[in-house]
Amino acid sequence: MSDLGDLYQQTVLDHNRKPRNFRRLANANRTAEGYNPICGDIISIDLRMEDGVVKDIGFEGGGCAISRACASMMTDAVKGLTKEEAERLFDDFHDAVTGESDQETDTDKLGKLAILSGVKEFPARVKCASLAWHTLRAAMENRQGTVTTE
Amino acid sequence: MPGPDGVSIPQIRDNALDAKEVERLREDFPVLKRRVHDKPLVYLDNAATSQKPQEVIDTITEYYSSYNSNVHRGLHALSERATEAYEGTRGIIRRFLNASEDREIIFVRGTTEGINLVANSYGRAFVGRGDEVIITEMEHHSNIVPWQILCEEKGAELKVVPINDDGELLLDEYEKLLSPRTKLVSITQLSNALGTVNPVKTIIEMAHSRGVPVLVDGAQAVPHGPVDVRKLDCDFYAFSGHKVFGPTGIGVLYGKADLLDSMPPYQGGGDMIRSVTFEKTAYNTLPYKYEAGTPNVAGAIGLGVALEYVSRIGPARIAAYERELLSYATEALSSLEGLRMIGTAREKVGVLSFVMKDVHAHDIGTILDYEGVAIRTGHHCAQPVMKHFGIHATARASLAFYNTREEIDILVKALDKVIEVFH
Repeated sequence: MSDLGDLYQQTVLDHNRKPRNFRRLANANRTAEGYNPICGDIISIDLRMEDGVVKDIGFEGGGCAISRACASMMTDAVKGLTKEEAERLFDDFHDAVTGESDQETDTDKLGKLAILSGVKEFPARVKCASLAWHTLRAAMENRQGTVTTE
Repeated sequence: MPGPDGVSIPQIRDNALDAKEVERLREDFPVLKRRVHDKPLVYLDNAATSQKPQEVIDTITEYYSSYNSNVHRGLHALSERATEAYEGTRGIIRRFLNASEDREIIFVRGTTEGINLVANSYGRAFVGRGDEVIITEMEHHSNIVPWQILCEEKGAELKVVPINDDGELLLDEYEKLLSPRTKLVSITQLSNALGTVNPVKTIIEMAHSRGVPVLVDGAQAVPHGPVDVRKLDCDFYAFSGHKVFGPTGIGVLYGKADLLDSMPPYQGGGDMIRSVTFEKTAYNTLPYKYEAGTPNVAGAIGLGVALEYVSRIGPARIAAYERELLSYATEALSSLEGLRMIGTAREKVGVLSFVMKDVHAHDIGTILDYEGVAIRTGHHCAQPVMKHFGIHATARASLAFYNTREEIDILVKALDKVIEVFH
């Protein structure tokens, strides 16, 4: 049986209290918005992409601890990655939180982000964890329209 | 106590249930005995749906095991028995609401369908271009959207009575909104998001003085105290079975017979007709005119048993007990650091909506779930209410007569845990 501590770990709580890269980028060249109206999680992601690499990233928004912590950890993880590497990380993260991978694989592929795979035991919260990722993808692909994971 | 002619007048007891009685009543509810996450279930989500006593569950099982049959159309024994049980429920409901006639009791799927029935039937016939419909800022989406759809279709205008920051209706604003073009007022008796009890009798009097009929959304009111549609003099009253310890998929629309007679039908089909030809179809009399197709027979019979169960306890006694429990809970919650109650009307029932500093409602809900406590988090189908208070969501604990002080204590302990995790 999963522990609540799997979800609300110290790292997660820390990222929620002091989110990293929590700012808008003055020189952003990609941006996207994400919003889950039913629960009220809202996020905007600014990217500075150069030669296919995430040079800088910032995010803003409000919502539950899971969505915020996830966004914060994600921004740390993707800085310096190429678009393809970021996309691959997204797929690995998606597999982890939807329960389609195992603990070992998670730690291998996700590193620090593996902490968030605890979300898979709380299916109602998966959409909170995923919002930042889907919004990041939309930003990288320069897609129009507000993203939602509801 | 003997009356004027020496005959005893039965007293309607209204003293609150005591702890022992509640403990005994809890035994009737199988779900209340279960555990979640290896802790005893503390069910505080009654505004979303209520738990069912064993006799309601048994009634439904008995119906399907021994006399399941379609109603109205058969001559055989099973059909007779099913019809008797089904139609008998109409009488139970009439008595529960103190309506005048059985034919004023229409079975629907729930409050939402009841309101849609009035919007489609009364609305289509009597609301026209430039007319007005009045609702309030605290309504559930089910008492907002059907009117929006109607008004858009007809070119009519929807007027909204505002609330103050305690979650109370501003009656002077309501008075200003009543105009010669108002065709209907539709209002909740009790807010599911705020717990506010509205002065419905006064609201109805004000509307009637201008010849305007009133629909009352009684979804939250029926489980929490006595309802008397004739005392209120409302023109329509809608409620849901699943909120008053009955099954899902069944509800009631009460309407004054004259009004229902004057309205066109809602859904067409079997049973709501007297005769059908391709040249002309004649509709059935009340209540069948508004009941097309095979009804939720099991649901209706189950609802009847649920209402009898409530009547035996005594709605007034339930109301008195819940008032005490609400007072206890409000005090306990208000003492928690960083907790802000949303909905602080002077007249309230057992709905406790709140927000916590620096903690999102969903995080509260997840942590509470882990302590075995079931509450609801979100906008509670009342986004305008959320907007009024500048928030997206609240955490909401909602009481029923089977909740106890001990359960409130567990809720408070669980909220302490939330504060601990986040600070």
